Amino acid sequence: MAESIQTQDRKLRTEEMVIQMGPQHPSTHGVLRLEVTVEGEIVTHVKPYIGYLHRCFEKHAEQMGNYSQVIPYVDRMDYVAAMSMEWSYVLGMERMLGIQVPERVEYIRVIMAELQRIASHTIAIGTFGLDLGAFTPFLFLLRDREMILEIFERTCGARLLYNYFWIGGLSHDVPLDFVDSTRQFCTQFKKTIVEVNNLLSYNEIFIKRTANVGILPANVAINYAASGPVLRGSGVDWDLRRDDHYSIYNRFDWQPQIGKGERGTLGDCWDRYIVRCREMEQSVKIIEQAIEQLPDGDVQSAIPKRIRPNASEIYIRTEAPRGELGFYIVSDGSGSPYRVKGRSSSFVNLSVLPEITRGYMIADLVAILGSIDIVLGEIDR
Amino acid sequence: MDKFLTDILGSEIFAYIIIAILPLLFIVPYALFAVWLERKLSAFMQDRLGPMYTGGWHGWAQTVADIIKLIQKEDIVPSAANKKLHLIAPFLVFVGSYAAFAAIPFSSEYIGSHLNLGVFFIIAVSSLVVVGLLMAGWAANNKWSLLGAMRAAAQIVSYEIPIALALLAVIMIAQTLNLQEINQMQSGWFWNWFIFAKFPFVFLAFLIYFVASLAEVNRTPFDIPEAESELVAGYHTEYTGMKFAMFFLAEYANMFAVSAIAAAVFLGGWNSPFGDFMSGPIWGVFWFVTKGMFFIVVQMWLRWTLPRTRVDQLMYISWKVLTPWAFVCIFAIGLWMVLQ
Repeated sequence: MAESIQTQDRKLRTEEMVIQMGPQHPSTHGVLRLEVTVEGEIVTHVKPYIGYLHRCFEKHAEQMGNYSQVIPYVDRMDYVAAMSMEWSYVLGMERMLGIQVPERVEYIRVIMAELQRIASHTIAIGTFGLDLGAFTPFLFLLRDREMILEIFERTCGARLLYNYFWIGGLSHDVPLDFVDSTRQFCTQFKKTIVEVNNLLSYNEIFIKRTANVGILPANVAINYAASGPVLRGSGVDWDLRRDDHYSIYNRFDWQPQIGKGERGTLGDCWDRYIVRCREMEQSVKIIEQAIEQLPDGDVQSAIPKRIRPNASEIYIRTEAPRGELGFYIVSDGSGSPYRVKGRSSSFVNLSVLPEITRGYMIADLVAILGSIDIVLGEIDR
Repeated sequence: MDKFLTDILGSEIFAYIIIAILPLLFIVPYALFAVWLERKLSAFMQDRLGPMYTGGWHGWAQTVADIIKLIQKEDIVPSAANKKLHLIAPFLVFVGSYAAFAAIPFSSEYIGSHLNLGVFFIIAVSSLVVVGLLMAGWAANNKWSLLGAMRAAAQIVSYEIPIALALLAVIMIAQTLNLQEINQMQSGWFWNWFIFAKFPFVFLAFLIYFVASLAEVNRTPFDIPEAESELVAGYHTEYTGMKFAMFFLAEYANMFAVSAIAAAVFLGGWNSPFGDFMSGPIWGVFWFVTKGMFFIVVQMWLRWTLPRTRVDQLMYISWKVLTPWAFVCIFAIGLWMVLQ
């Protein structure tokens, strides 16, 4: 559809108009501002402006008294997936210190991270539907997200920013009803996925709106260092959970999901969307297996009271719901980090936006932005 | 009924004012009810409760409270706006929707005006809404409003064509433009309704009319002029308080107007579906409003189920799907009538 618009008679050109989309626009998913140049309804240029939510995370991390105090700040990066944020930082510190965490911790971390991935993806695809005008799937998904948040709340007392993964283990063991309530969630959520697929994924209007829109070819995605569902939506089989061998993901039976261009072109909005949908199914699968195998034991390994890594540096990356989350941690041998650099997936993924929105309509711009699924807390840090 | 009123009040101007105000007595409570119904219905579909506290029983007074709140609100006019047009626009939009009620037959005894060209009048006068929307979008001096207004104008003008053609298919059978006569022709059991006449062509015309009427009143999946996730709020972005409420009222009035036409033209209007059972002028109002509300519930049901289409897809549906099929209906019905 976009090509036919682009190749229209040049005489039909109207005056270009610059619109400020955001920071208070309903579909910019936070305080993002897009400077959109439009010709009638056609977008000719998009320029994202970020920084409205900058909270000096990296500087704060340097100023903390010790390494553990950074964790609550890490939570606040991607506040929709705080567990996954913590895991990356904590894993980096454990590698730096050479700590082996107990088996039980690994299992609980996998379960928590996958629950968090589902919670994050429910927001992602729910708001994506909302961007396209479908309100009901959003509320169905939020209802199930509530079950996850309740599990988290019973575990660590917080609903959004957990401070649950600690260096060398976890802050608490899971509550007694954890296994039951997680199983109950899995049963319920499988039904919801079917419901959402019927209502949204295979809806004719939805497919018309998302297929062949915002096509991100695999080579462009790789050149821009996109990661997570955005990269996999373009058909690149790259999932750090499998390819980076961290934690115990190799013990479970699951498959990274990639886009196949089923309804349109490979790498369109529908592919990115369906990758998230299918990833949720895979996450349920992982959780069910992990909950079966959950061993007994301690949730905290012996770590020194005052964490002082030797002067060294490490880059650690994990597969957060939005893609590769990396931390570059430099230690100078003192009690607090010398430098913590966050490599946020949303920031990198957002950079492809001007590339893939050119020539589409304003309505498509909203859809493309929704399919990239950004969290401004992670972009601005 | 208007005869009765002119009898007791004389042909004074006041009599006509009272007759003109009667639909308003219906629209305002209806709009309050419809907004509440929409909230409850969406809540039901989305596994929520919706308003539960205001007024006691299931939050029945929520919309009343909302209107009272809107009346009290400060009326903000953007400093760069064209103040006159900004003021007139919401009223013009409401006039457009309200005028349509003049020709809607609520019962065999009550119709605002016995127009011989009732259908034509409704189609014509509802076009006035476009002017109001364009005015609202342009006068606010906001780019989002302008985009919304341009979309609204393009959409409503396009969709008037399939609407007019679909109604024309029925008018060919009825041989009249008077809605009261069209209703009288459909009396008796429900199989006398025009929707079942010349099956399946009038039924097809009915489907075309219904889809196009969704676009005419800016309801999902065709709510792109006020697509809140794209255009903030479309043409009414810069409206506050009672002016905003006027747009809201006009939208709901318009929803009923198009549903009422569908009921009157295709579903027998004020006729009882079961012959003489529960028929008569008073029951007529009941049947008419019930049929109208049925379509409104369907509109709400669609709104909370479907995503939104895109501008170009919307135009595609109008010009390349609905309009040709409407012509097919007209042609087929005409051929059928010639062959009979």
